[in-house]
Amino acid sequence: MTETFYEVLRRQGISRRSFLKFCSLTATSLGLGSAAAPKIAHALETKPRTPVLWLHGLECTCCSESFIRSAHPLAKDVVLSMLSLDYDDTLMAAAGYQAEAILDDIKKRYKGNYIVAVEGNPPLNEDGMFCIHGGRPFVDVLKETCADAKAIISWGSCASWGCVQAAKPNPTRATPVHKVITDKPIIKVPGCPPIAEVMTAVVTYMLTFDKIPELDRQGRPKMFYGQRIHDKCYRRPHFDAGQYVEEWDDEGARKGYCLYKMGCKGPTTYNACSTTRWNNGVSFPIQSGHGCIGCSEDGFWDKGSFYDRVTDIKQFGIESNADKIGGTAAAVTGAAVAAHAAVTALARAKKKTGIDIPGGEK
Amino acid sequence: MLAQQDALEAEQQARLVKAVYVYEAPVRLWHWVNALCITLLAITGYLIANPLPSMPGDASQHFVMGTIRVIHFSSAYIFAVGFIGRIYWAAVGNHHARQIFILPIRSRQWWGEIFHELKWYLFLVKEPKKYVGHNPLAQLAMFLFFTIGAVYMICTGFALYGEGLGAESWAGHMFGWVITAVGGNSQQVHSLHHMGLWVTLIFVMIHIYAAIREDIMSRQSMISTMISGWRMFKD
Ligand code: HEM
Ligand code: HEM
Ligand code: SF4
Repeated sequence: MTETFYEVLRRQGISRRSFLKFCSLTATSLGLGSAAAPKIAHALETKPRTPVLWLHGLECTCCSESFIRSAHPLAKDVVLSMLSLDYDDTLMAAAGYQAEAILDDIKKRYKGNYIVAVEGNPPLNEDGMFCIHGGRPFVDVLKETCADAKAIISWGSCASWGCVQAAKPNPTRATPVHKVITDKPIIKVPGCPPIAEVMTAVVTYMLTFDKIPELDRQGRPKMFYGQRIHDKCYRRPHFDAGQYVEEWDDEGARKGYCLYKMGCKGPTTYNACSTTRWNNGVSFPIQSGHGCIGCSEDGFWDKGSFYDRVTDIKQFGIESNADKIGGTAAAVTGAAVAAHAAVTALARAKKKTGIDIPGGEK
Repeated sequence: MLAQQDALEAEQQARLVKAVYVYEAPVRLWHWVNALCITLLAITGYLIANPLPSMPGDASQHFVMGTIRVIHFSSAYIFAVGFIGRIYWAAVGNHHARQIFILPIRSRQWWGEIFHELKWYLFLVKEPKKYVGHNPLAQLAMFLFFTIGAVYMICTGFALYGEGLGAESWAGHMFGWVITAVGGNSQQVHSLHHMGLWVTLIFVMIHIYAAIREDIMSRQSMISTMISGWRMFKD
């Protein structure tokens, strides 16, 4: 009854040659070396296909848009034929009841053995009425669909952290997936959107090796989120040298200096942009002359201006940064110390302290 | 320490010379090395957040930010190792060496003395008391701002440092949790670490002022005590 991946791919018209190419490509993109390619091929030939259900909550579909632009046409074809077979309401042909029936069907037939990929997140306020999926609150659909899943992929910053719809004051109480589904392994693939190649590689890894990639403390695959943009940025030599863009369109900007002073969030952002880049590896924000805005980081909308290095701290209820608060406090302290010293000197002059310092101490 | 006990100690040991050996050599050495480290950390830390004007010419000719960061990280290591050494000395040194780590918070007299010191700084009392070790107010301030502050700066600092070394590094393993604890975005850790700069600066301003003022105004030596180790009483 259950087909292998290979059978499905052949049925979709993918040649064996393309299939093998895809296997070596995947091995390389996962950093596994050429020896892994036959293993991947073998796995895909023998393993029964793991279905992937792709759900959409509160989101803008930028993750899907990114995904279908996966740089390598081969990877795109193969991965898409693996995925679109099941359920993805923006990509599949079926609609309405027919489409929703697929969810139930997969849930029953592949109990405990399918993967749910979630794009966007469920809003919880008003019983979840801010996002309706097939006539029901998305949060209910999400919980139901995930109940028998093997693992869950949180696509993008929405599913991973909450993103813009969860930015303060978060009127709909948009909530990241891991706070709603707490009993399943969750792989976070943050970014707004995540890089296409990263998305396809994560899915392929999970499908071929039948296990989840190694995750960091926050649940992101280490192989793509193990380093910051800043660690691999090609402008880093300018950072270390002390050469910065001081204002837009200045000499430094033309020379491609580091964007640190323009508020680049590369030093605090974990993602693969500076290595993988975007749009077939053409460029990435910093290469185009704009600092990183940290879109794959938790709460990046609420962490002050994209253009400040020392960002505003909103916890204090006022919009002020560490230097302004600290500088003021230090200035007040300095004034207080000076005043105290002056009073002390006066008091001493008047001998008001009553300390009679003997001329000759012993 | 408690004024009474201190007075007793002073009386016993110093009836004639009017001097007591308070700060042993390791404490003194640590104090000045620590002060130097913090000064360097504060200056370089400020420059990491607010870099100097850009350098002209080829990138390979300069290493300005690189140097600033190297100084920050080297002083940070010395600061942290020194702090661990200071904790060790609190265990094996004399009882004054424990003052900045353990507060006698259950002693009513100690709180009374803090109050007395406050009044002394508000010009409400004319005679300061004598203390062999730190005066209780200074002890409280050192504990709150320095001891807690140092742990805080070491935790946030090495968490940031671990990001550069990589999550698999010793710093990543030991301090990476700090980033997760404040919400997972290291930008927050930068802001918190940065706030620490100003807290430290305020402590140092008051500390140095108080040290100089007490040296002049109180009935005992101060700055020379941190150099020679001996507390001299003036009356
Ligand atoms: C009293 C002690 C310290 C002070 C006053 C201090 C101050 C600062 C300041 C103001 C910054 C800039 C923060 C920002 O990005 O806005 C900074 C960055 C940093 N500090 Fe410290 N720091 C201290 C101790 C430490 C320690 C113990 C470490 C441990 C290694 C450390 C490691 C770092 C690191 C890794 C950065 C980030 C550098 C970068 O982003 O390139 N600091 N420090
Ligand atoms: C970054 C600067 C400094 C820091 C962080 C600092 C910190 C400390 C700490 C933690 C202690 C307690 C020592 C212990 O019990 O182990 C102390 C004591 C002391 N410090 Fe500093 N210090 C700094 C600079 C200075 C300077 C510049 C002076 C001199 C003007 C000074 C004078 C003293 C004196 C006199 C004591 C002993 C106070 C007493 O006898 O009760 N310190 N300092
Ligand atoms: S441009 Fe941004 S990421 Fe690149 S070196 Fe400068 S601060 Fe780091």
